[in-house]
Amino acid sequence: MPETTARAKEVTAEPDLEEIEVRELIRVIPAHHARANDPEAGDLPGAMNLDAVSAWYGAFRAVRDVSMAIPSRQVTAMIGPSGCGKSTLIRTLNRMHEVIPGSRVGGRVELDGQDIYGSTVDPVRVRRVVGMVFQRPNPFPTMSIFDNVAAGVKLAGPRPDRPVAEIVEHSLRRAALWDEVKDKLASRAVALSGGQQQRLCIARALAVEPEVLLMDEPCSALDPIATAKIEDLVRELRDSVTIVIVTHNLQQAARISDQTAFFFVDEARSGHLVEIGPTSAIFVAPREQLTQDYVSGRFG
Amino acid sequence: MSIPIRTGSRAPTSSARSAGDRIFRVLSLGVAGMILLIVAGIFAQLALGSAEAFALFGLGFLTGQTWDVSMLVFGALPFIAGTVATSVLAMLLAVPLGVATAVFLSEIAPRRLAIPMTLLVELIAAIPSVVIGLWGVMILGAFLRDGVEVPVVGAFGELPFLGSAASGSDLLAASLLLALMITPTIVAITREVLSTIPQSHREAFLGLGATRWETIRAVVLPQARTGIIGASLLALGRAMGETMAVTMTIGNADRLPSGLFDPAQTIASKLATSWGEASDGVERSSLIALGLVLLFLALALVLATRLLARGSLRRSGIGR
Amino acid sequence: MNRMTDTGPVPARISLEPTVAEASRRRRDRAWTWACFAAAGTIVFLLGAIVAMVVINGLRSLSVQFFTEEMFGYEEGGALAAILGTLQIVPLATLIAAPIGVLAGIYMAETPDGRVAGLLRLATETLAGIPSVVIGIFAFTVIVVPTQTYSAFAAIVAIAVIMIPLVARSTEEIVRLVPGSVREASLALGIPQWRTTVSVVIRTAAAGILTAIMLAVARGAGETAPLILTNVGNQSVNVGDLGNAMDSLPLFIYFNSGLPSEFLIGQAWAASLVLLAFVLVINVAVRARTIGRRAA
Repeated sequence: MPETTARAKEVTAEPDLEEIEVRELIRVIPAHHARANDPEAGDLPGAMNLDAVSAWYGAFRAVRDVSMAIPSRQVTAMIGPSGCGKSTLIRTLNRMHEVIPGSRVGGRVELDGQDIYGSTVDPVRVRRVVGMVFQRPNPFPTMSIFDNVAAGVKLAGPRPDRPVAEIVEHSLRRAALWDEVKDKLASRAVALSGGQQQRLCIARALAVEPEVLLMDEPCSALDPIATAKIEDLVRELRDSVTIVIVTHNLQQAARISDQTAFFFVDEARSGHLVEIGPTSAIFVAPREQLTQDYVSGRFG
Repeated sequence: MSIPIRTGSRAPTSSARSAGDRIFRVLSLGVAGMILLIVAGIFAQLALGSAEAFALFGLGFLTGQTWDVSMLVFGALPFIAGTVATSVLAMLLAVPLGVATAVFLSEIAPRRLAIPMTLLVELIAAIPSVVIGLWGVMILGAFLRDGVEVPVVGAFGELPFLGSAASGSDLLAASLLLALMITPTIVAITREVLSTIPQSHREAFLGLGATRWETIRAVVLPQARTGIIGASLLALGRAMGETMAVTMTIGNADRLPSGLFDPAQTIASKLATSWGEASDGVERSSLIALGLVLLFLALALVLATRLLARGSLRRSGIGR
Repeated sequence: MNRMTDTGPVPARISLEPTVAEASRRRRDRAWTWACFAAAGTIVFLLGAIVAMVVINGLRSLSVQFFTEEMFGYEEGGALAAILGTLQIVPLATLIAAPIGVLAGIYMAETPDGRVAGLLRLATETLAGIPSVVIGIFAFTVIVVPTQTYSAFAAIVAIAVIMIPLVARSTEEIVRLVPGSVREASLALGIPQWRTTVSVVIRTAAAGILTAIMLAVARGAGETAPLILTNVGNQSVNVGDLGNAMDSLPLFIYFNSGLPSEFLIGQAWAASLVLLAFVLVINVAVRARTIGRRAA
């Protein structure tokens, strides 16, 4: 608990210094926000829709009644102070929340119109379509770089149309890691730097060709240079996969997302959605005073 | 002003330190020396005590198949074979069962079920082996005899690898009982090792669309491998040295067993059954020689465990 | 179910229906889950069966005479001699093993990189790995042979040797857990090293060390093999005469289990129950504490 408060303070202090920078950013690269209004986008696969989603750990309700749409082939950023339930919420989108003992999800999460919590739906299937990248890079320590990327692919059994090696190379290229590791595919993944490990985790997730990629604060353990690389990557991947990214870093949300959702905690410490909209709108002209306060750092 | 006071107060302390520390150090060294002496003494006593037997039989003692008190011919092979057979059979059962149980307790079972089951399994590891032996001979042995061996031999006669004695006091009973005794050791250590594996590694694989079993198989068990091998070595050591449970269930026959239903003898059970009636001289010396063989087997396991621990340390050092 | 059919006219592009391969992977997952459950169930059942049979058969044969009489022949008496024997042998062995084990453990913990400590660690590890029957041989050669007689003293030495490495290794582990800051605070106050160790460290780790000793006691109480090699031949009450053999509960169980008498076998069950209760009470008490600590 005390840790959370400390972090919340840290985060709320952040925009103070960066407020102007954020606004400038929005003006400098407004082009990619156009995607939010693109009528074509709605027809591509990988759209999600949340209807009154709540998530519990035992008796504690970490997320309360979140309803929002995640358009396909766009980057949706989730922002808000620590403990506002955004990391919990993102884990309900591929049924990873239920891995934790005692946890529970309420409401409805749709993927292309189908309830992923439907009684006939296997979570394994959902996680195949909705991939995930975690806060800290977590390559499999006992496996080589190649095997890390191939791990998910091999699960589904051999594919006659594409050899595994080809999928691995393609995925590593998509994750902008190929050139750095192509000569040491057989060496252990844990020997890579933190940033490389995280891109390896992205490659690993991409290798199973998900329609949606969930990223839970993927840069929180990385230095600025590695962070920049991941951000570039997110912008490139946007064309082929729906991305939902949780971030503490408002600048990052402004730089890479098409739409932004702002979450906050209520008196019961449950996280809820305050406002969602095109990223430029959230940062420049939010409807809610709370959002305004948060993105401008006038907080707490 | 403060400086001379400080040095002043330090002086008597350091002299007290030297006196007290010296006593403490001497005491500790004395104790350390005593333990080293005990270990050395065990080796020395067994070597001295077995000298007569080895002088008489040479290394042929290890391969001799006859143990005949009246002829004063003593060979260790039946007991070495019995020790190896019971330990290996017990391990074949206990390692998969123990690992599967640990996996169930730490990866699958809900906490409500896992906690009492874990507690029970770990408590059982503390039951004295003579109590387990009593259960083995009275309950397990009787069940094997009437429920398994007599019907099987009745139906098929003498089968290869089984034998025909069918008394319920045999290799099978001893091995099953040993397996049961060492499983808690394997469960406890494996569970501990599994609990140290970060949840994030499991989630990474689950997030790729792996089933729970695939995650256990590809992520959890490989990381626990060294720990499982260590647990197995420890369990093997217990199995080889276990005396009471085996003595009470193995049937105590001083010959090479030809099948699972045949009575046999391990080194430890031979020592327990024959020590009291043994006459001093060659027979006693031969029994001590058996003990020396057991000691070396145990020592080999201690060394293997040490090497394993050192190897895994080195590997994790590179990992970091 | 009806949610799935509700999706309306717009066909879903992503199918959430399991593929054939996924269905079979799911079946494999289920099968292995059940296999692990079956393994755990079997083990728990069998281990539970041991305890249950000891309790059932033990209660059936437990009587007042069991605690108050010696054994008379094959049909009458109790385990008084064995109980009194165990009550002497185990505490005396503890009296020898505990100080040696604790001192050795502290020494290893306080001088983790010392050469002597390394040697000592190797020695305790080796000692812990030596089968108890071999330690019985050792006690026989160093005590029974020179004194020309089986004796409780030989048994006490053997059991103490078995207990020493258990106490030493747990003590080392526990003392290492004492935060360095506690130690440094004491040293900074000018308290000499040995007093720091003795007073601060031992006081902080006292509960843990006691736990280690109790677990070693539980282990020592059940040891049988070394007794068979050093301390047999007396089934009468022996109080205080360590120079001669003394009965004990483990020996009582072992010898009675092999005799053709329903009564004696019943006595063996009763003795097993008493021994089991003793050992489990110690373990439960110790574990209840450690589990409580873990939860906190």
